[in-house]
Amino acid sequence: MSPIHYVALSVILFVIGGVGVLVRRNAIVVFMCIELMLNACNLAFVAFARMHGNLDGQVIAFFVMVVAAAEVVVGLAILMAIFRARRSASVDDANLLKY
Amino acid sequence: MTTLHTVAATGALKLSWLLLAFPLFGAVVLLLGGRRTNRWGHLLGVAMPVAAFVYGLIAFFTLLGDTDRSQDQHLYSWIPVAGLQVNMNLLVDQLSICFVLLITGVGSLIIIYSVGYMSHDVDRRRFFGYMNLFLAAMLLLVLGDNYLVLYVGWEGVGLASYLLIGFWQYKPSAAVAAKKAFIVNRVGDAGLTLAIFLMFSEFGTVSFSGVFGSVKSGGSGVATALGLLLLLGACGKSAQVPLQSWLLDAMEGPTPVSALIHAATMVTAGVYLLVRSNPILAVTPDARLAVVLVGTVTLLFGGIIACAKDDIKKSLAGSTMSQIGYMTLGAGLGPAGYVFAIALLLAHGFFKAGLFLGAGSVMHGMNDEVNMRRYGGLGRVMPITSVTFGLAYLAIIGIPPFSGFFTKDPIIGADFSEHGAAGKVLGTLALIGAGITAFYMTRMMFMTWYGKRRWEPEAHPHESPAVMTWPMIVLAIGSVGAGAFLILNDRLQKFLAPVVGVPPTSEGVFSTAGLVALAFALVGVALAWVMYGRVPVPAVAPRGRPLTVAARKDLYGDAFNESVLMRPGQWLTRLSVFFDNRGVDGLVNTLAAAVGGTSGRVRKLQTGFVRSYALSMFFGAAVLVALLLVVRL
Repeated sequence: MSPIHYVALSVILFVIGGVGVLVRRNAIVVFMCIELMLNACNLAFVAFARMHGNLDGQVIAFFVMVVAAAEVVVGLAILMAIFRARRSASVDDANLLKY
Repeated sequence: MTTLHTVAATGALKLSWLLLAFPLFGAVVLLLGGRRTNRWGHLLGVAMPVAAFVYGLIAFFTLLGDTDRSQDQHLYSWIPVAGLQVNMNLLVDQLSICFVLLITGVGSLIIIYSVGYMSHDVDRRRFFGYMNLFLAAMLLLVLGDNYLVLYVGWEGVGLASYLLIGFWQYKPSAAVAAKKAFIVNRVGDAGLTLAIFLMFSEFGTVSFSGVFGSVKSGGSGVATALGLLLLLGACGKSAQVPLQSWLLDAMEGPTPVSALIHAATMVTAGVYLLVRSNPILAVTPDARLAVVLVGTVTLLFGGIIACAKDDIKKSLAGSTMSQIGYMTLGAGLGPAGYVFAIALLLAHGFFKAGLFLGAGSVMHGMNDEVNMRRYGGLGRVMPITSVTFGLAYLAIIGIPPFSGFFTKDPIIGADFSEHGAAGKVLGTLALIGAGITAFYMTRMMFMTWYGKRRWEPEAHPHESPAVMTWPMIVLAIGSVGAGAFLILNDRLQKFLAPVVGVPPTSEGVFSTAGLVALAFALVGVALAWVMYGRVPVPAVAPRGRPLTVAARKDLYGDAFNESVLMRPGQWLTRLSVFFDNRGVDGLVNTLAAAVGGTSGRVRKLQTGFVRSYALSMFFGAAVLVALLLVVRL
């Protein structure tokens, strides 16, 4: 299997994640879709690293994982707080910060 | 033709800075000392001018015994810049020593008089501080050896005049009069300022000797411009038409102020400026003619106003304008008139100060009543004041052998022999002015000293204390003798000749014009007797003929200023306010409103829906990627 297929897979995963972020209302699902997009990027990085024969992409994939982990910690905490305050996990309900 | 040759000061004249130092010290101590100096403040205020006068006498006699009578005392280098060297130098010469003696002598007398006149005023210390400040500034004005130092003194006396006119500043009329005097003087000062600028740009120097040395080679255009600008400056300070309006209102100040500043000394500074600048005027007949015209117009203008005023001080103020008109006229006649202008100035210092102090003495005894229609028959209750006033009266109307005859009539005579046909016309007007002078002064005499007593019921007039009568007696002696002393044997003429030149021909004292002027004066006296001496004076002013009504309103000088200068000025102000509000502010406000309105609309994009933000981010990222691809390809 040529690495280009991995790139194609990563594009498919990224688009699925993106569409999920845009169309889903449940914050948990939106959150998971963001994780999906991050991992699609990771896949692309690793595939390109393989294609170009250097380790830069692989190293960046580790950084992305660390960032994602940190993001999960903060993001889930915020989600918990919102849910406790408003009894809802819908992103459309948390719309007080506006004009 | 004269130019200024000076030598460095020697001997006693090396201390000429003392002249300034005495009154300045008095002013500083009295004005900064506060209430601590209240008890003895007036004594210091008297001592300092007297000390300056004593030094002035020493300097005068030192100068008489010296062959070089124009001595320059270098104090320090004031503005040492490459292209402009201005020194703080004091020039003691024949002309300035005359003024020094007048200022300190008459000034000392008036300040002694003020001790009595101001004895009931709570602010007497401040008054003496201001008077000392005035004397210091006035001495600096006449002693400076360049136009810039003169200008410092010129502004200093303007400040002192402002402070003293508004001395009773709780009276709105006094506060307004002070402001008016200051503002009208600014117009004249602008002329002097421009003249100094012009001297610097044309000749590169502002010192008397430098300017006078190069004015002949500077072309007549520059000289005429300088002459006219200096005339404008003189008009402001000396209350000459068209800048005359402030002097009548300046009578709001205490009477000693009117006597010292607005009769004897400060208002003659314009004449000093013109006479001092005689080498400039010598080059430019046009400016000289303008000076003569201004003088002639003012001597009639002031005289007519003086005829109609019932307020004794305002009548005297009109008379001051008129007499300074004679001096200005004399200064415009060239070497033929300078000596007589200065002689009249010195004699006027005596008799007009005497008249004002007499008026002050009457006011002191009459509860500050100034309306002559409420006087009458005061001669018997105030004998000393009435006699000194009478002597000054005889001096001002030019009865021989009093001083006005020797000093004013030669100006009229010289007027006839200068400036061709115009001189004849102007001389005739000056003769009429002599008649008017006699008329209003006689009117004042009859209304004040003779006739029925028209006093207010609560008035109890009494003779003033000795501290006030003695200065009046000394001034009366001066009024009697000064003219004869200065003019007979050509004393003043010989003394001043190195500064102002020699009159071409001297007709002698008893000239034809002098005798005709005497005849005019006698007609004026007779007319005044018919109108005010023979018939009783009504206590309430009658309506009067149109000329009287006009003269009561200062010949519409204020109305003219108001309609020609003030109203257009207000329109200009309103126009610029409108332009500022609508134009400048409008532009800025429109811009701000546009930004505000746009952002008000744009902020609606901030919906609070996270998913719509995400969509715009995706969209934006997609556009960026697309652009990158397009650019790359």
